[in-house]
Amino acid sequence: MSDSQPILSVRKVSKAFGAVQALNQVSFDVNPGQVVALAGDNGAGKSTIIKAISGVFRHDAGEILLAGEPINFATPHEARENGIETIYQDLALAENLSIGENIFLGREPKRRLFGFLPILDRKKMAEAAQGAMASLDFHVTRLEAPVAAFSGGQRQAIAIGRAIYWNARLVIMDEPTAALGVPEQRRVLALVKNLRGQGKGIIFISHNLRDIFEVADDIVVFRRGENAGVRRPLETTQDEIVKLMVGG
Amino acid sequence: MTITAATPSRSLPHPVILWIAQLRAWVFLILLVAFFEVWARAAEGASFVFNIYNIQSILVFATAPLLLALGQTFVIISAGIDLSLGFVMGLSSVIAAHAANYFAAQWGLPPFAAMLLAILSGTLIAVIPGLVNGLLIAHLQIPPFIGTLGMYGMARGAAYLFAGGMTVGINNDWYSAIGNGRVLGVPVLVIITAVACLIMHYMLSQTHFGQHTYAFGASKVAARRAGINVKRLTVKIYLLSAVGAGLAGAMYTGRFTAGAAQAGEPLLLDSIAAVVIGGASLFGGSGTIWGTIAGALVIAVIQYGLVFINVEPFWQFVAVGAVIIVSVLVDQTQRNLTGGRQVE
Repeated sequence: MSDSQPILSVRKVSKAFGAVQALNQVSFDVNPGQVVALAGDNGAGKSTIIKAISGVFRHDAGEILLAGEPINFATPHEARENGIETIYQDLALAENLSIGENIFLGREPKRRLFGFLPILDRKKMAEAAQGAMASLDFHVTRLEAPVAAFSGGQRQAIAIGRAIYWNARLVIMDEPTAALGVPEQRRVLALVKNLRGQGKGIIFISHNLRDIFEVADDIVVFRRGENAGVRRPLETTQDEIVKLMVGG
Repeated sequence: MTITAATPSRSLPHPVILWIAQLRAWVFLILLVAFFEVWARAAEGASFVFNIYNIQSILVFATAPLLLALGQTFVIISAGIDLSLGFVMGLSSVIAAHAANYFAAQWGLPPFAAMLLAILSGTLIAVIPGLVNGLLIAHLQIPPFIGTLGMYGMARGAAYLFAGGMTVGINNDWYSAIGNGRVLGVPVLVIITAVACLIMHYMLSQTHFGQHTYAFGASKVAARRAGINVKRLTVKIYLLSAVGAGLAGAMYTGRFTAGAAQAGEPLLLDSIAAVVIGGASLFGGSGTIWGTIAGALVIAVIQYGLVFINVEPFWQFVAVGAVIIVSVLVDQTQRNLTGGRQVE
């Protein structure tokens, strides 16, 4: 673990929806090059905390610090501009577009044809795609191919490639292995380690304890909106984590 | 463990095959023209395609449905549909005719200036139905089919009301020349439509607007998460589509020297057919202007060609209908082959 300042610091964050206390004084840190897994049952608050971090909604109390600066983003777009990339389970890729076009979706580069006519710079998009994907050991030969032509694990890599290209400091991955077959799950876990090697902070949400134990540096256990404990994979067992998740 | 996945999981056909698949509407157009050529030579002893009059007629014939289909291409790529275009065209045709008469009679403008202002008025009046369509669909979440069907009725009523239930004749030689004249043998209508095609092709293939239309049509969630203002995008798409119909209406008035509320009535389905024959999917996310141009030409060649070889004109409806169905079947097959994509 790095001894520098945490990329993300969640301090006693609370969030209520009406009478339901979805988060109650939750705290944890994510350091550069660290994978923090969020474990917990459905409704334990894992999704709520990542939505608060990624700007889907604002938290009520407590502090979220990004590299020491307090944040409370109004929109996911704002979070993204500040280097927080969230990769949802559905990936949100436009399947009819190429990898490059997806990486640049919403901020496509332009060049000038004949010096005056602005057109989309598809070459730049393709090259950036190749670069970002190569840094994931994913060597794309058909850059013009639509994302629909790629498998689930490869699409996960594309979504991660987007985060890398835009220099995300913190990558939040929501159930990245859930919809995949076993070989693809292995590849995605390798991608997570690769991202860690690049010094990103990673929040990894999964129902699968085996995956969590394989990639996580810290496991933050949620129970009923509260932080039920933080463990390191080498110093705990799956049984202990399950006990923390269900209580008792 | 590293990842060595090098290629797409499903094997993609060779780029050349993909390219031909995307141009299939043009291939079909060539086959169609060849068919009529053989038939015309065998039955009439005359050439179908090597006849400047036929070419001019087919091109002029294609202009009106094509002007509607250009905007419809954007709408269909965005996974929408615009059913109001036929009567937006009618409304614009009537307004353009009134404007030509008004500016000449009341302002005493010379015919040329009156013609320009008439075309402008006819085209710009379409902003109103386009804006309403867009706002209904984007902000009130009304399905495009219903929203534009409502506008179909309103534009229809407005067009007949403005026309007083009749056609509105004009007497303006310049305006008539726009609709019927030629420059170096090329009909003015064809030139104007060609320019519109170039502009629309540029907008669809080279601007953020076009790129976001593709993304939005394929995945609304992806577009929204990428920070695209999807509401503004939707409004723009329906505005563009209506303005295209407005231009078509203004051109109609020149061609027939009269504004007519029913000007675009039979053309709405032709516009959708042209887009679909051109390779767009009604599910959104795919389609090109080049394809739509070929689609409009296919329809025009069928309609004109059947008349040329003396087949009863009603067969053209059957033929165009069959072509639409075949196009969709071909499209589905191709989608299965390639994972579904058409980009210019």
